Amino acid sequence: MNFSKSFRNTFLVILLSLIVSACATKKTVTKVDGQMQGDVYTGTDTVKYLADGVPDRVFFATNESILTTKSRDTLRKQANWLRENSSINVVVEGHADERGTREYNLALGERRANAAKDYLITYGISADRISVISYGKERPVDSGSNPLSWSKNRRSVTVKAN
Amino acid sequence: MIRIINFFFTIFILLSAKAYSLIEIDITRGNLDPLPIAVSPLFQDDSSKKNSINELKIENVGSEISLVVENNLKISGLFNPLSKEAFLQKPDIAHLKPRFEDWALIKAQALITGKVSIEDKKLKVEFRLWDILAGREMMALAFTTVPSNWRRVGHIISDKVYERLTGEKGYFDTRIIYVSEEGPKTARVKKLAIMDQDGFNTKYLTLGNELVLTPRFNPTSQMVTYLSYFKNLPRVYLLDIETGTQEVVGDFPGMTFAPRFSPDGKKIIMSFAKDGNSDIYTMDLENRIVERITNHPSIDTSPSYSPDNQFITFNSDRSGYQQIYVMKSDGSNVKRISFGKGLYGTPVWSPRGDLIAFTKLHKGKFYIGVMRTDGSGERLLTENYYQEAPSWSPNGRVLIFYRETKSNDKGEGFSAKLWSIDLTGYNERQVQTETDASDPSWSSLLSN
Repeated sequence: MNFSKSFRNTFLVILLSLIVSACATKKTVTKVDGQMQGDVYTGTDTVKYLADGVPDRVFFATNESILTTKSRDTLRKQANWLRENSSINVVVEGHADERGTREYNLALGERRANAAKDYLITYGISADRISVISYGKERPVDSGSNPLSWSKNRRSVTVKAN
Repeated sequence: MIRIINFFFTIFILLSAKAYSLIEIDITRGNLDPLPIAVSPLFQDDSSKKNSINELKIENVGSEISLVVENNLKISGLFNPLSKEAFLQKPDIAHLKPRFEDWALIKAQALITGKVSIEDKKLKVEFRLWDILAGREMMALAFTTVPSNWRRVGHIISDKVYERLTGEKGYFDTRIIYVSEEGPKTARVKKLAIMDQDGFNTKYLTLGNELVLTPRFNPTSQMVTYLSYFKNLPRVYLLDIETGTQEVVGDFPGMTFAPRFSPDGKKIIMSFAKDGNSDIYTMDLENRIVERITNHPSIDTSPSYSPDNQFITFNSDRSGYQQIYVMKSDGSNVKRISFGKGLYGTPVWSPRGDLIAFTKLHKGKFYIGVMRTDGSGERLLTENYYQEAPSWSPNGRVLIFYRETKSNDKGEGFSAKLWSIDLTGYNERQVQTETDASDPSWSSLLSN
């Protein structure tokens, strides 16, 4: 009885740890090779600056328009800069990588550009100062056909409009 | 007995072809044994050769027309045109009465003969289709048209032969509109281009100053709808390819994209993106009334009507990922129909009504496939590194789409080309274009 109970507990523990490790492997499959976290680009190769210390772009995971912690940080810097430069209007360009159908990617680019725009509005920038345009997969910055290139192309870029 | 084919063409049926024939082609399955056919050069007498040179700069337009026919029949995959070098009988004599034994000797089962003349700036053509095994004529037709239409004569002959031997309408007297592409991937220049189905007569409709995408033919007229980034405002445009006049479709405060005509040609259906959300709208081309068809916080795009205008298939990620849906044309009764593994996009309703063609992305590969309109019977026709955007031939037997190749880290090795494949999954082949090409759309038959 005791034996079987402890056996059952052990069994449960093993089962639980298997489940936990299964989850863990699923999440830690994220490649961190210095330039990507998950499949979001974290490097600076293609990044330009609206002003000193204000990056112009944020990056997205495949098929996603969710802003990462780093993206939100970048957009807050953009918002601060826009507050200080109230005469400047911007266009937020939304882009997708080449691994999707053209029409869906146009919609996805628009969704990404609006995610960035909405965040800027949350930080006090008037919607009138921000327009959006989606280029879908039509304007890649990196022409390679590999995961790193694609991660650089999944982006929204804030560009001065005047 | 006169049938008006269209403004330019008049066809006279020379003899009725009621005779029961032995040869026929089953196009419902992959044809691994194409029908051996002899396409004799159409005979042109010496007196009209001079006119032919004057009018067309071509000495023997009869031979040229027969080459058009031969090439069409060959690329259909259903016919095996035999080498002209083996022909024993001269074109003029064969056209009067073929010596069937001679043609049987070179294993021809069917024979096309004909004659042409150019007089008074008119091209007169007659042709006959012969059943070699039965030893009888199957069809005889005559046309009169302007000489510059000579390639179209070849396409019409091809359509008539295809129809007589398969029992279904052909698709040769048609055109393809597509996006011509040039330059490096990061600075691609795109232009609207149009060409005959066999790759000839390419014309560029825009100069490449602004990005243009996804042109689609109106099935009932020479109108085209497409997406243009003119003045950096991505909007759906309507273009008359005869007159060159164009206009923005509707007055939307944001990007409109993914346009397509309704099968009756009276409406344009498209997506409108606002605040990060894309929904489907229609605009009536007569009264300009805009209607919203979907209202959902997900991406709804790539709409395509059923041929009876009663239903719409479209692409949505309302389940979390791109899938294919069908709804009534008023937007009610939305049903998801794609349930296989992977993502699904670009649904296009077959002109026959029974199938929906699509692009599928699964495990890093792209597929062109078809399924029934309830989502059953999914069949993947071709797998590749990247391909998408199928468009149906007007008879619903062939799909044209575009395919891109992988580039290396420097972006080298990239290309975009048009390809076609039969609904059977056989006869996959590249469609010749002058430049790189994408987003093909197949026209209806020009003459009918």
